[in-house]
Amino acid sequence: MEVKGLNIGYGKKIVCPNISFSVDKGECTAIVGINGVGKSTLLRTVGNLQSSLGGILHIDGKSVREMKPHQLAKKISLVLTEPVASKNMTVQELVALGRQPYTNWIGSLSTVDKKKIVDAIEVLELKELKNYKCFELSDGQLQRVMVARALAQDTDIILLDEPTTHLDLFHKVQILKLLKSIAHQTKKTILFTSHEIEMAIQICDKILILDGVENPFDEPCKLIENKSFESLFPSETVQFDGTTGTFRIQK
Amino acid sequence: MVNISFGSVSISFLDTLKALFGSELTNQSWEYIIWNYRVPKAITAILAGAGLALSGLLMQTLFRNPLAGPFVLGISSGASLGAAILIMGFSLFTGLLTSSLINDVSIAIASSIGSFVVLFLVIGIASRIKDTMALLIIGLMFGSITAAIVSVLSYFTNAESLQQYVYWTFGSVGGLTWTQLIILSSMILLGILLSVLAIKSLNGYLLGENYARSLGVNLKKSRFIIIISTGILAGSITAFTGPIAFIGLAVPHLTRQIFNTTNHKILVPAVLIFGSCILLLCDLVAQLPGQATVLPINAITSIIGAPVVIWLLMRKRKMIF
Repeated sequence: MEVKGLNIGYGKKIVCPNISFSVDKGECTAIVGINGVGKSTLLRTVGNLQSSLGGILHIDGKSVREMKPHQLAKKISLVLTEPVASKNMTVQELVALGRQPYTNWIGSLSTVDKKKIVDAIEVLELKELKNYKCFELSDGQLQRVMVARALAQDTDIILLDEPTTHLDLFHKVQILKLLKSIAHQTKKTILFTSHEIEMAIQICDKILILDGVENPFDEPCKLIENKSFESLFPSETVQFDGTTGTFRIQK
Repeated sequence: MVNISFGSVSISFLDTLKALFGSELTNQSWEYIIWNYRVPKAITAILAGAGLALSGLLMQTLFRNPLAGPFVLGISSGASLGAAILIMGFSLFTGLLTSSLINDVSIAIASSIGSFVVLFLVIGIASRIKDTMALLIIGLMFGSITAAIVSVLSYFTNAESLQQYVYWTFGSVGGLTWTQLIILSSMILLGILLSVLAIKSLNGYLLGENYARSLGVNLKKSRFIIIISTGILAGSITAFTGPIAFIGLAVPHLTRQIFNTTNHKILVPAVLIFGSCILLLCDLVAQLPGQATVLPINAITSIIGAPVVIWLLMRKRKMIF
């Protein structure tokens, strides 16, 4: 996936200009930045839920904007922050909806579809939960179900909007480690927004820092070398410590 | 068949069966009543029940709102406006008693014109706005406008016309000729076919619009199919039977409670069957077996239906949606 000089925003208002980055297969990338800088907007733009305001956005050399919904559905899958409209589905049924881009006009599942669903459920360790209804699950379990659905969609790229919100430390780490292993083992491109900068530094292959000006993008250690994290927050409140890769509260 | 055997003129169940399967009846007029009145009425109830329930399901899924029904897009308000203008407006503006012009057929035509005018307005707006929820509000606003016009008309009209209009709003599944039935059933069939085409995208809508889109659902196209299908179903039924309330709202809920699923591959056929059974049952009760009077079907659908839904919700303690 290649992004060059992309402007994102709503209507005529540009939220964040000039974003450039490119990610390869098997890479796990985080998008970080302060509230309101446009992380989710960028993700929604890449997923073609809203249109870009100029710039290049290509997948496999093809422009995302020119792809039909059913073509794009085989390239990009999404995990959004919005809750699913109906939680009265079993885990298995919800994961199975991920196969929609491949099923026939009435949505019958083939043997291939069924295998992909079983695989996705297994990877996300949801086997015991597969007959539970979604309203019976905890936030962490539901998040895993949504990732399983995206995985079942079997796209090259998986976009996740704040997959770690509302989760405790253990479940945050669990989800992020799962994302990384999925990216490395299945050679998928994973791109997610997060406020967990310290964890992203430890886990991700690359990080895009949205600051609305330069929007640096690189490997975490190089970003630390370039002191890119230091200007992220006002230094009188929190300061970044490059040696440990953590933020310190200024007292 | 039980439905057919009951009515103002009591005909025994056995004789009904005989008439239906072509044996000679001792009483010729019974045969006439059964074939030209009771059988069409039962078929109308089946068609209307199935169609209203299905359009209710379509609207609840499209708007992801458990309170949506077949009439949220203003279809029944359009129909009432058509009927009101014909019944009350006509006598008001011409100053004539035009009862000769007003009969079941002309009311059906007027109300279908009304409902389709409103439907096309809503479709026109739907193609311009992105937000489905806004569409729901716009449908409700159309309802308010038409209701206002109807009340102005009823304020100025004479008592006789007002009574006739109110009588229409009670709804009735009786009085359709075989020709009308053929028109109604082909419309319902068309509506059902369109809904079947939309089953896959309806299941996608269960995740929400953004997810549906990411699964390759063409939102504009599927929304158009769903609205058109609802319009054809609810519009044609309302034209022939008047606005029958409750079935469209309640049957999808009953079906979800009983089948405990949200998969439209099961729900679509299930609401069709439940809808027709329930309206048939309501019609049977409305006949007041053994009595000469017939109650308005709209009262019966709610009197029977509402407690059933309340009971189901209380028993399961959780609404399934």
